[in-house]
Amino acid sequence: MATNEEIKNDLAGKEYEAGFVTDIESDTYPPGLNEDTIRHISAKKDEPQWLLDWRLEAYRHWLTMEEPTWAAVDYEPTDYQSISYYSAPKPADSGPDSLDEVDPKLLETYDKLGIPLREQEFLAGVKNIAVDAVFDSVSVATTFKSKLHEAGVIFCPISEAVRDYPELVQQYLGTVVPQGDNFFAALNSAVFTDGSFVYIPKGVRCPMELSTYFRINALNTGQFERTLIIAAEGAYVSYLEGCTAPMRDENQLHAAVVELVVLDDAEIKYATVQNWYPGDENGVGGIYNFVTKRGECRGNRSKISWTQVETGSAITWKYPSCVLIGDDSVGKFHSVAVTTNCQQADTGTKMIHLGKNTKSTIISKGISAGRAQQSYRGLVKMGKGAENARNFTQCDSLLLGDKCGAHTFPYVEVKNATATLEHEATTSKIGEDQLFYCQQRGLSEEDAVNMIVNGFCKDVFDELPMEFAVEANRLMEVSLEGSVG
Amino acid sequence: MIVIKDLHASVGGKEILKGLNLTINAGEVHAIMGPNGAGKSTLSNIIAGKDGYEVTSGSITYKNKDLLEMKPEERAWEGVFLAFQYPVEIPGVNNTYLLKAGVNAQRKHLGLEELDAMDFMQIVREKAKVVQLDPSFLSRSVNEGFSGGEKKRNEIFQMAVLNPSLALLDETDSGLDIDALRIVAGGVNTLRSSENAIVMVTHYQRLLNYIEPDFVHVLADGKILKTGDKSLALELEERGYDWVKHES
Repeated sequence: MATNEEIKNDLAGKEYEAGFVTDIESDTYPPGLNEDTIRHISAKKDEPQWLLDWRLEAYRHWLTMEEPTWAAVDYEPTDYQSISYYSAPKPADSGPDSLDEVDPKLLETYDKLGIPLREQEFLAGVKNIAVDAVFDSVSVATTFKSKLHEAGVIFCPISEAVRDYPELVQQYLGTVVPQGDNFFAALNSAVFTDGSFVYIPKGVRCPMELSTYFRINALNTGQFERTLIIAAEGAYVSYLEGCTAPMRDENQLHAAVVELVVLDDAEIKYATVQNWYPGDENGVGGIYNFVTKRGECRGNRSKISWTQVETGSAITWKYPSCVLIGDDSVGKFHSVAVTTNCQQADTGTKMIHLGKNTKSTIISKGISAGRAQQSYRGLVKMGKGAENARNFTQCDSLLLGDKCGAHTFPYVEVKNATATLEHEATTSKIGEDQLFYCQQRGLSEEDAVNMIVNGFCKDVFDELPMEFAVEANRLMEVSLEGSVG
Repeated sequence: MIVIKDLHASVGGKEILKGLNLTINAGEVHAIMGPNGAGKSTLSNIIAGKDGYEVTSGSITYKNKDLLEMKPEERAWEGVFLAFQYPVEIPGVNNTYLLKAGVNAQRKHLGLEELDAMDFMQIVREKAKVVQLDPSFLSRSVNEGFSGGEKKRNEIFQMAVLNPSLALLDETDSGLDIDALRIVAGGVNTLRSSENAIVMVTHYQRLLNYIEPDFVHVLADGKILKTGDKSLALELEERGYDWVKHES
């Protein structure tokens, strides 16, 4: 068996790989939040009056709200006046029109992270993914815009959508997650800076995977992105998001809002590989990831699936949800959350069944190691009109070591007697017997842990597009390196 | 092949093996029998390198190397195989995938080229026949939902693929019906060669009707108390173990 010393050495060699800082000149606001900050952001983005008013309304509401304390996470309260709410690499007041205008340092950053922004790299047939790259508060590049445009698909930074497609944005923004929905959503509504906007018109199957890559770089800056995806009747899109940040001793706030709208017979698949900096082994630094993600299946037979692989962040507070309004609509939530060292995660989902014959599936896999604490928190609600609605929930937790914890908080509200709910939950420790079995067949201890953990997560990884499943596997290996010993 | 000298070992402070001596040469089949709690499984587990056993004195020399200094996976690479008494289930891990990782880790250790998926599948299909393992088991999760007999068959199948120098079969016969026993024993017999050695730990003489041992040992009170040929097993079946203890 590997000694602790060997494991520590291994660990030292495999640190958080995305933890570098890009040395780039930025236009960063001084810290602080008031109505002027919001006016400033809005002016910078040349926004119409209605959006400024919308932001201010959100801000005024936020001032009346209290930060939630019900989640099973523990942290020092954030001083919202000490954060900077806007940071953009210079010169990037408006997004560049072509990649040639993108600062080479930024291209290099995304290269290092393995995110290809040069379209010709795709044309070689390696991958077929369009990327929107968001760096701190702004989108620095969006690829394949023109090819997507031919198919009628709109994929652009949300600030650009506000300018070019104001009616669409105004029609849908805040209709799934209203400004005052919760503390962090209200804050986001007031100060959101960038994020992606996707519109798939009626009957169109998006010809490629869409993805947004979020990078926090600047110091003391919060990232507040807003993503809005609309799939019109019969449309289909598969969307992926990835996230990383430099290693720093200070905590940084990431408070995003994602809204999905799905009309009749349409489908959105939304996958996240979240790898924000988790802090060091003593819990110093790392991202606070307080995110509101919600989708509405407004149309009949519409579908939403959330798939998430969460390995990063010091604290995760996140419950991607589905509101199943249309009859026969389907919501799915597949999640793998890994917490090591001092990471804390309180995550899960909400499935709100309103329409007839609506179906939802929840598969949650939690893996804890070190001194990490993880909670699954999920709500399944069957409304009065949810005739013959069905939910299946499965929550499995895997513990590595004896200082970590896993908790499950399932909430159920049923107002229709024809609804069916099933819930299964297991907690297991990674068995010494399983490890020994694999080693006896010739696997090293590390390889054995990886194989067992990946097996545990298989149901969820199967939902990810191929490249991301591979990436997820690799991320897990790095995250759990040296966790057993 | 393996020489065990004056081995003392304890679990949780309790001494289980109290000066065990055993020498096994290539080409030999040994059966180790003995009452419950005598230390039979302890011996297999210590040879395979399982955690939780403390060797307080004595030595195990395997292929002229100090076995106790090797990690469990290194022992596997060097040809030590343990067919588990209770094979564990590993949900979501493909049976063939685990085996391929093991085979290739071993090949890497031996300085051989890793097998690609095609070559490996060919070997796997061939070896599955040895124990009449239904090919559908190859793509299932390791032991998940297998019956007791299927798990044991899977162990011998893995043994066939890994082709070990020293195979330890820890109560491979327990929980098997006659048909399954015959298949498993048939598999073991086809793997017998002058190059390798097989050690069977068993409670019952029955298995030895199918796999004929060169030596039968009685392990009791943490020692090998008596060694004989296959007729000793018949005598044990008839008279129990107490007379051996009194005799020694």
